[in-house]
Amino acid sequence: MPSHRMPSEADIISTVEFNHTGELLATGDKGGRVVIFQREPESKNAPHSQGEYDVYSTFQSHEPEFDYLKSLEIEEKINKIKWLPQQNAAHSLLSTNDKTIKLWKITERDKRPEGYNLKDEEGKLKDLSTVTSLQVPVLKPMDLMVEVSPRRIFANGHTYHINSISVNSDCETYMSADDLRINLWHLAITDRSFNIVDIKPANMEDLTEVITASEFHPHHCNLFVYSSSKGSLRLCDMRAAALCDKHSKLFEEPEDPSNRSFFSEIISSVSDVKFSHSGRYMLTRDYLTVKVWDLNMEARPIETYQVHDYLRSKLCSLYESDCIFDKFECAWNGSDSVIMTGAYNNFFRMFDRNTKRDVTLEASRESSKPRAVLKPRRVCVGGKRRRDDISVDSLDFTKKILHTAWHPAENIIAIAATNNLYIFQDKVNSDMH
Amino acid sequence: MFARGLKRKYGDQEEGVEGFGTVPSYCLQRQSLLDMSLVKLQLCHMLVEPNLCRSVLIANTVRQIQEEMSRDGVWHGMAPQNVEQRAPIDRLVSTEILCRTARGTDGEHPTPELEDDPLQSSASELPIVSSAQGQRNPQSSLWEMDNPQENRGSFQKSLDQIFETLENKSPSSVEELFSDVDSSYYDLDTVLTGMMSGTKPSLCNGLESFAAAPPPPSSTCKSDLAELDHVVEILVET
Repeated sequence: MPSHRMPSEADIISTVEFNHTGELLATGDKGGRVVIFQREPESKNAPHSQGEYDVYSTFQSHEPEFDYLKSLEIEEKINKIKWLPQQNAAHSLLSTNDKTIKLWKITERDKRPEGYNLKDEEGKLKDLSTVTSLQVPVLKPMDLMVEVSPRRIFANGHTYHINSISVNSDCETYMSADDLRINLWHLAITDRSFNIVDIKPANMEDLTEVITASEFHPHHCNLFVYSSSKGSLRLCDMRAAALCDKHSKLFEEPEDPSNRSFFSEIISSVSDVKFSHSGRYMLTRDYLTVKVWDLNMEARPIETYQVHDYLRSKLCSLYESDCIFDKFECAWNGSDSVIMTGAYNNFFRMFDRNTKRDVTLEASRESSKPRAVLKPRRVCVGGKRRRDDISVDSLDFTKKILHTAWHPAENIIAIAATNNLYIFQDKVNSDMH
Repeated sequence: MFARGLKRKYGDQEEGVEGFGTVPSYCLQRQSLLDMSLVKLQLCHMLVEPNLCRSVLIANTVRQIQEEMSRDGVWHGMAPQNVEQRAPIDRLVSTEILCRTARGTDGEHPTPELEDDPLQSSASELPIVSSAQGQRNPQSSLWEMDNPQENRGSFQKSLDQIFETLENKSPSSVEELFSDVDSSYYDLDTVLTGMMSGTKPSLCNGLESFAAAPPPPSSTCKSDLAELDHVVEILVET
């Protein structure tokens, strides 16, 4: 983000996503813009800038709209971006706001034809009498130009707000989920979609549960999962029925009766669900924890990690300030051995599943200079307090890291801290453990 | 923020709580949570469609509280003293209890840290909230009624109304927008603005950063006016 611009609400980053090779990193913001970063190829000439990300393209994906029927504005904020697997020289991605999904094609132009017979270099028609011989136009190199064009617009598919999109492993279809319904689209067809999940009750007064996130299985094109505000996960098989209201598997952890409070349901609401790269596990994030689920075991997660348990006694304040409704995302590393999620005070947390070690790091200009090593942070909860510890009461709850992404293969992470994007690379030790 | 080590006396409301010193009433906290939740649900008139997930979660919380209050047979209309005297001792728990367990299932309850005990000072502000809400929405005065059945019915009705408004803001609901506008509406916002900014540090644990956050009601008041202008513009143009 350019540093000379005054920070405004439109610059708040609302989604971050690496493409399948990790060469490109896309961010969407509240103002409806998409910024794509490209990783510079490592070169011997400039060893210090090897592998750094620079701005590749910026474009306006969505504009604010007005729904005349409901007299409500439709925000242009980009909720999610998903890259399509690359099939030719061009890159494609899907970007969505609350109501409309768009397919964007990103192409490069680095050559242009020169030596036309009928036109001169400025494009003006030549005086034909001056043309004495024919020449074949040749392609000459030019400065790289990145062109972005909207190829498809998938509109009018959703009554409620879209929270997720997910491209199928078949590379032909994708799904979009809103609070109550999930639709299946074909990437080439914009005028119709198939409804595959519908949890809207006949009587809206009976509504007690909504869909919070959903994703296709990375390998099985017939399987997808969706999470709910009551903390459950439903794995569905599209081969079983056209309307997948009946789940194939229901993943739910029984409530701990000793921990029950009026806030139990709210903090159990799943804000994000991600399949592991292997396809064997699922990662979920709820308000205080991240959990790893084995697809073969529905009764409970196989691993639970506390993100910020010190907030458990502050739930009333967090409810009053609405912070309890913040939706944090979670991410796997390339080998599924480490999981990452954001927290408050610009902190983010990483959990090593093998060593069971965890670390808290901070994304801020003050605490990290380029090429400096990030210092682990600690939140003290009473008792002995070390020098650099932060107390729970000094945490800044307006600085929340909701969106994080991990490079598909390397130890490179992208962290969105309000309107700043941080990219951290682990050069010294590419192996986390 | 309250200075460490400074004891505050709860005062008159805790007459029936001999032996527990400054332990606040669970019922009072629960009522406060209910009021807060209803306010959150009501403040949904924005230019952008409200977050359905948030509304559903708040509504579920309200239902839970209402169910528990039904089981207790406790209603807002009753005098606080009666409530305290009737509530069995094992239900009197520390402030943190709202965040931990809904019922005092374990025998011992730790004495709360006084600086984490903001609800005591907000107790005097609670009646203001209730009466203002009574002005605004007759259905919230359901807690003043004696009949539990009727309470449940009116309560359900107010929840239904909220969901209907969320679901389809059709042209007919524009009239609802206008019907809400009376002088007491603006008074409510003034009161709420005062309450919210007043209780932010005191109601819940005084986390410093909350004082920095803008109070929602005042911005909602302005956006409501803007929304009305907007709606009138549209009607006039069509």
